[in-house]
Amino acid sequence: MSGRQHAGMSPGTWLIKGARPLGGDPADIVIRDGVIDSIGDGAAPAGAQVLDAAGLIALPGLVDLHTHLREPGREDAETVETGTRAAALGGFTAVHAMANTDPVADTAGVVEQIWRLGRQAGHCDVHPVGAVTVGLAGTRLAELGAMAESPARVRVFSDDGHCVSDAVMMRRALEYVKAFDGVIAQHAQEPRLTEGAQLNEGEMSGRLGLTGWPAVAEEAVIARDCLLTAHVGSALHVCHVSTSGSVEIIRWAKGKGWRVTAEVTPHHLLLTDSLAAGYDPVYKVNPPLRTPADVAALREGLADGTIDCVATDHAPHPVEDKETEWDAAAFGMTGLETALRVVQEAMVDTGLLDWAGVADRMSRRPARIGRLPGPEGALAAGLPASLTLYDASARDTVDPRAHASRSRNSPFAGMELPGRVVATFLRGTPTVLDGKLA
Amino acid sequence: MNRHLISAADLSRDDALLILDTADELARMADRPIKKLPTLRGRTVVNLFFEDSTRTRISFEAAAKRLSADVINFSAKGSSVAKGESLKDTALTLEAMGADAVVIRHSASGAPHRLAGWVRGTVVNAGDGAHEHPTQALLDAFTIRRKFGRPGGEALDGLRVTIVGDVLHSRVARSNVLLLNTLGAEVTLVAPPTLLPVAVGAWPCSVGYDFDAVIPKTDVVMMLRVQQERMKAAYFPSVREYSRRYGLDGTRMAQLPEHAIVMHPGPMNRGVEIAAEVADSPRSTIVEQVANGVSVRMAVLYLLLGGAEAQA
Amino acid sequence: MHALHPARDQALAAAGAPGGSPARPGPADPKTVLEPAEIGRALTRIAHEILERTDGASDVVLLGIPTRGVTLARRLAERIEQVEGHPVPHGSLDITMYRDDLRLRPARALGPTEVPPEGIDGTIVVIVDDVLYSGRTVRAALDALNDLGRPRAVQLAVLIDRGHRELPVRADYVGKNLPTSRQEVVRVLLTEVDGQDAVIIGRAAATEQRSGT
Repeated sequence: MSGRQHAGMSPGTWLIKGARPLGGDPADIVIRDGVIDSIGDGAAPAGAQVLDAAGLIALPGLVDLHTHLREPGREDAETVETGTRAAALGGFTAVHAMANTDPVADTAGVVEQIWRLGRQAGHCDVHPVGAVTVGLAGTRLAELGAMAESPARVRVFSDDGHCVSDAVMMRRALEYVKAFDGVIAQHAQEPRLTEGAQLNEGEMSGRLGLTGWPAVAEEAVIARDCLLTAHVGSALHVCHVSTSGSVEIIRWAKGKGWRVTAEVTPHHLLLTDSLAAGYDPVYKVNPPLRTPADVAALREGLADGTIDCVATDHAPHPVEDKETEWDAAAFGMTGLETALRVVQEAMVDTGLLDWAGVADRMSRRPARIGRLPGPEGALAAGLPASLTLYDASARDTVDPRAHASRSRNSPFAGMELPGRVVATFLRGTPTVLDGKLA
Repeated sequence: MNRHLISAADLSRDDALLILDTADELARMADRPIKKLPTLRGRTVVNLFFEDSTRTRISFEAAAKRLSADVINFSAKGSSVAKGESLKDTALTLEAMGADAVVIRHSASGAPHRLAGWVRGTVVNAGDGAHEHPTQALLDAFTIRRKFGRPGGEALDGLRVTIVGDVLHSRVARSNVLLLNTLGAEVTLVAPPTLLPVAVGAWPCSVGYDFDAVIPKTDVVMMLRVQQERMKAAYFPSVREYSRRYGLDGTRMAQLPEHAIVMHPGPMNRGVEIAAEVADSPRSTIVEQVANGVSVRMAVLYLLLGGAEAQA
Repeated sequence: MHALHPARDQALAAAGAPGGSPARPGPADPKTVLEPAEIGRALTRIAHEILERTDGASDVVLLGIPTRGVTLARRLAERIEQVEGHPVPHGSLDITMYRDDLRLRPARALGPTEVPPEGIDGTIVVIVDDVLYSGRTVRAALDALNDLGRPRAVQLAVLIDRGHRELPVRADYVGKNLPTSRQEVVRVLLTEVDGQDAVIIGRAAATEQRSGT
């Protein structure tokens, strides 16, 4: 397994020929000792392995701010090993693992365990996200300081899966993390307005007889949290924004100079609630798929930077949790292996974002929001050689059975999507070569 | 017709009329000494009821037996489902038993859709969550047609039907709005705003909050059951206020046009949405609706199962 | 959903009913084998035969098989009433639910079953149909009758007997015997249903060979 190969071995020397950094003109990228040596006309250094990257886009290694690796506790759905394999195959070199595991990642001990599992697997960096409240119960702050000081160096804290709905609790959390430059990532979902909710509240939910999930349940919480953040002078990150109203509120808050960042999932950039017509729970997700108007506003928001980044919210579930009637099914979709392709379909091929923009939204900004140590998210000589090579001209049908993730609940199954990740390098060591795990 | 009957939207105007006309003929069986037809002999119909409903289940059972089908009743309580068996595994068991048709009632909207993907037989929706109850809408349309003396082959064009009550949670309301519209009736929904879906404006019907305004201008009043638990979730403040504003009592009944009829899918909350004197009055079709249910369900089972297998 | 026997109707319509556009004579052209006057005479004769064999038709009930058998039953009842002076109960007996070939085609619409209020117990029921062919329709009619009551006797009156019986069924009263091949289709037209009286024989369309009883 490549993880055990990495431990203690020094990365080799590579010449990546003819790649197009950030979609620009072809150049040769030389990698030596885990660092980018040069980008330009490279003479092959002695002993370099050569990778023919003609026509491939080179992007800095993607950073996912929002992934569920399920370990510890739900290893039937995913493990750190299988999840990070999926991440590497999707072009990611770093993922933030959400805290709703079992036990919950609300102590230094659990976050350290997850961090170590990531290092052992070696497919990408795993940065554990710490819970905001003990057990995600929303009543008592977790030991945020201890988690920040642990080897896992937690900076992002989230009760994702649950909303920190109590206004006082949210205020305290926002204040507390100022001490170590942390950020609270809120899963915005007013619990009372969404009791038993199944699908976006609108024409579709009324027709299908499914309890509606009103947009205001997300927007009201975001508005409150932006105001709180401004009041106490802290930093807020909004998880999986899904409505046009949310985009407007975030735009307004940023316009005021408040420290608010936001993410959007790939599926919310492409899919709408009309897909629920056949009651197939592969389309059941939290927050729910919304309307075409929301999709358009989210794309526009990502294009103009109101939404800072794409985060997959990769949520694997075993077959028995999805092969049921809608009400009984779990919420969530996988996304690591399809993310870049969906972004190409929704944003690049529609002319809304160029590859430099993709690098910014999927690498540079998430690295900054995650407060990752060291310079990440860019391609330049002297920076760590964490990058991904991507064939934007490829096209094929998504087949979840071929995915490295343990779970198969992808809403893109059977869909034709462009693009293919050809190679991924983590600090100079290949994790993916020729579209397969290295 | 489709292979399955899951939504009233599955039925075209011609399909619906065919069912009603067939039910007309089958209703005459009630006068015969032998109330049985050999048509579905050798076919197996399974009643898969995850929600308690003696009335509907018995109606489907009677319909299937009068067509000489074999009937197997499966109710969720005390079954393997209560012990956690999934809907899918239950479906596979039914497949193994060779069910030609499965009549399913489930508390989750969309359960019949899912079932149809797992069984080869015909799926008939006997009520799924808040989604639909197409055979109820059919027997309601059948009752209306008979009461207004429309002959076979004719639909409900021009008749004004008002549906009153908890539309938000009602599968009967959804199926009726669709089917009555297909058959040419003019439908009006009356309810407090809390009990109407947010996007009801897109439905093929009118909507109003004032029951008294609509009463003198309607040919049919269909009262929906209102559950008292809704009060706790703040859908309305009290039973008394609900009754006063949206209940059909003797005073309101007197304001109805002379020919108008009163319907209710049952079970009734006497004194809440409908007064006892109304339920028992000659305008009320509540008892006939039950009898008509068997004829209509016989027609549905015959048309879905009685001929060659339709292409899905 | 399909109406009753649409394919058969279409086959003959394609073949062309007489009285339409001028047709060049050819081997597949439909041919009229009974004109209106002949149909009338046949029915009159059958009416008299019924009277003879049932001692005045005092307890006879005529039940026609939809669609055209019902018309024929009504015409027979009228003739009998003209001769004897008392009305003869008549009605219809739909046999769709008793057919033995149900599974071969999509479920068909039902025809009306209207039994006279006096019922059929102890009576002589005369089943009336337009064409007697395989005999399966009559067998289904006997099953249907069984569930309606217990007649004293059951007889069969048909306008046309075209042979090719597949069951031991025979008609008591026949308007005309018409030898046919299985490739041919026999069609009875009646004014009340089709706007004219005629019996036509023609080639079946390639897709649909079924007809008659």
